Amino acid sequence: MAQPPHFSPAPAPSGSRTPVYALVGNPNCGKSTLFNALTGLKQKVGNYPGVTVEKKVGTAYSQHGQPITVIDLPGTYSLAARSPDEAVTRDVLLGRRSDTAQPDRILCIVDATNLERNLYLVHQILDLGRPVILVMNMMDLAAEAGLNVRVARLEKELGIPVIACEAVNGRGLVELRVAMSRSDLPLARHAWDVPAPIAPAVSELAASLVEHDRKLPLIARAEALLLLTDQDSVRVAGSTPLSPRTAEILRGWQQRWAAEGTDWAGTLVNSRYEAIGRIASEVVLRAGTVGPSLSDKIDAVVTHPVWGWLVLGCVMTLLFVSIFTLAQAPMDWIGTHTALLADWVKSRMPEGDLRDLITDGAIGGVGSVVTFLPQILILFFFIGLLESTGYMARAAFIMDRLMSRVGLNGKSFIPLLSSYACAIPGIMATRTIEDSKDRLVTILVAPLMSCSARLPVYLLMIAALLPNDRVSLGAKVGLMLLMYALGTVGAFGFAWLFKRTLLRGAPPLMIMELPPYRLPGLKDVALQMFERAGIFLRRAGTVILGISIILWFLAAYPKAPAGATPTQQLAQSFAGRAGHALEPVIKPLGFDWQIGIGLISSFAAREVFVSTMGVVFNAESSEENTAPLRDALKAARWPDGRVLFTPLVCLSLMVFYVFAMQCMSTIAVVKRETNGWKWPVFQTLYMTGTAWVLSFIVYQTGHVLGF
Amino acid sequence: MAATLLKLSDLAVGASATVREFPAQDPAFIRLREMGLLTGTRITLVRTAPLGDPLEIKVRGYHLTLRKIDAAHVLVEPVS
Repeated sequence: MAQPPHFSPAPAPSGSRTPVYALVGNPNCGKSTLFNALTGLKQKVGNYPGVTVEKKVGTAYSQHGQPITVIDLPGTYSLAARSPDEAVTRDVLLGRRSDTAQPDRILCIVDATNLERNLYLVHQILDLGRPVILVMNMMDLAAEAGLNVRVARLEKELGIPVIACEAVNGRGLVELRVAMSRSDLPLARHAWDVPAPIAPAVSELAASLVEHDRKLPLIARAEALLLLTDQDSVRVAGSTPLSPRTAEILRGWQQRWAAEGTDWAGTLVNSRYEAIGRIASEVVLRAGTVGPSLSDKIDAVVTHPVWGWLVLGCVMTLLFVSIFTLAQAPMDWIGTHTALLADWVKSRMPEGDLRDLITDGAIGGVGSVVTFLPQILILFFFIGLLESTGYMARAAFIMDRLMSRVGLNGKSFIPLLSSYACAIPGIMATRTIEDSKDRLVTILVAPLMSCSARLPVYLLMIAALLPNDRVSLGAKVGLMLLMYALGTVGAFGFAWLFKRTLLRGAPPLMIMELPPYRLPGLKDVALQMFERAGIFLRRAGTVILGISIILWFLAAYPKAPAGATPTQQLAQSFAGRAGHALEPVIKPLGFDWQIGIGLISSFAAREVFVSTMGVVFNAESSEENTAPLRDALKAARWPDGRVLFTPLVCLSLMVFYVFAMQCMSTIAVVKRETNGWKWPVFQTLYMTGTAWVLSFIVYQTGHVLGF
Repeated sequence: MAATLLKLSDLAVGASATVREFPAQDPAFIRLREMGLLTGTRITLVRTAPLGDPLEIKVRGYHLTLRKIDAAHVLVEPVS
């Protein structure tokens, strides 16, 4: 029997250094709320090097104003990791990551309404032999649910400080800060017996970890226990691998048990739950029975076979109506003010290339992307709201069956749906998808959903394709819907294809908690919204600025002789020459070099196509009135006098815009979210390749049919 | 009395049951057990999703969803 080593009081974190706490807990137990309450706005958000797992570090202050570092680790149900997020939590706690110092102490938050399952993680964490403070959150909700949770009793059972808390309204925070400032935190009374059939393996593994992996004896035992339940497939970048000797011992035991039919992992889980059951029966007293909870009542409607769809439809309609209405005013404001800013710079600076670089290149280019920021913010806000209320999980529950048809799961639904407005928040929201293959597939197909930047292109092409007077509104709307449908079918088709080819793999066990509905913490949602927007601006900002300047340069050089019109200037610029160079490639799609310039400029943002066409065809038009541009397009001719924008070309061009990857911001975000250039390059190639092939089919088939 | 075992996926909506058997040593199912679904644990099938899949069960006071294809590997004994 592996006896736990004798526990002595832990040494206080050395006085010279700021103590480091790791904050851990199950998903949905209020961990983020507590982290925000403790650290306020003193947070740093980034990625763990090598993996796309969010690293959040904040500074809290003790009662005496001493700084305390708090690392907010990704939420998990167990230290036996199943996803990269969970692997990071495990590895930081075990000191396996060289980029993060092993925390001195652990702050473990549990949901008082759901103590048994939450204590499973606590039980694993107590193995680590570090001082632990247990935060018992949601005490008010536990009381409402008819549970009498005896905090003092739990404190006595475990021998560590247990702080009753309601993170949402700040209750218990003072007591928590006091506990965190204590220099003499006791170690847990945590003598649980490892089940007999497994104990020899634990001892052997622990000994090997001490000898070959240079682990401290306390950590070694915890790690040995974890190795037995860990699904070792999750190895993430930045984590120190096991020594060959230890890995060999582990394999040896696993093979022996498999041959004997010993269910080692199950036995281990069972024995932990037995220990937890004994504690929970002492700590949690049920004060009679209570009827169905409010969450049960809401779910009876929200996941109802009929009403469920209705609610989902309403929520999504509300989402899109608010994106397009609420975002309009700030988008216009940004549009006008970037123009004003450019004018102001123009009035202050002497005429010249530097001035044009700043006004047309930097301000104009970045402005065309920043215009979408209000939409992105609103989407982030809604996604945060859906997450924090608990509706996100319901949407995934309802949609899982449909999404599984193409090999994805319900959690891909909201990211894909958000991509109808803008792929960037959609792609950043894929972090809630645990399975890395499903997540990658969702990222790869999300930009196929027609985003709002494509809308002006569709509108212009439909206007050119179907003249106002003779064609019914129905035909126009129908054509527009067809484009959206095409993108959607494309997204699901490619998801299906990728899940069967590139990113195959046995479907993992798809389990998901449906957390109780909660009132959203608006402060937390807003904080998260600004964090995500900040990440987007920081990560994409430099790329956007760089490409904007390159695009400006391509259009501004070489200089046309003095007195040339903007149209002439563009025609003989590098961009114009690139359009010419591109023409042989896009001619089979029905596009000439002038459209080629539009395709190139669309890399800033797709809607820039419209203003580029305005310059190319020398037509003044505004957002409200595209008629001059439409007429100019209709008047455009090939050198041999054929009409350029035939209905067939308009259709071919629209199909191209449905599928082509033409958005530098998206590429920058995909690079960040997939941690390298491989996937964004692949995505750009497959999307643009598909766009070319489909436009080719549309144009050539139409041509043969005589359109 | 010999207990009649059902697949969890065949349990009627609203019915309660006791978990009896798990697929032996399938690592994917360890997480299900870590979340408290153990041999001997009482569960209730709350509902199915609008399209019939996944299932929503209540276990140890919280709600968990899992797909039928996975639930078919868990054998339960209905309790009246």
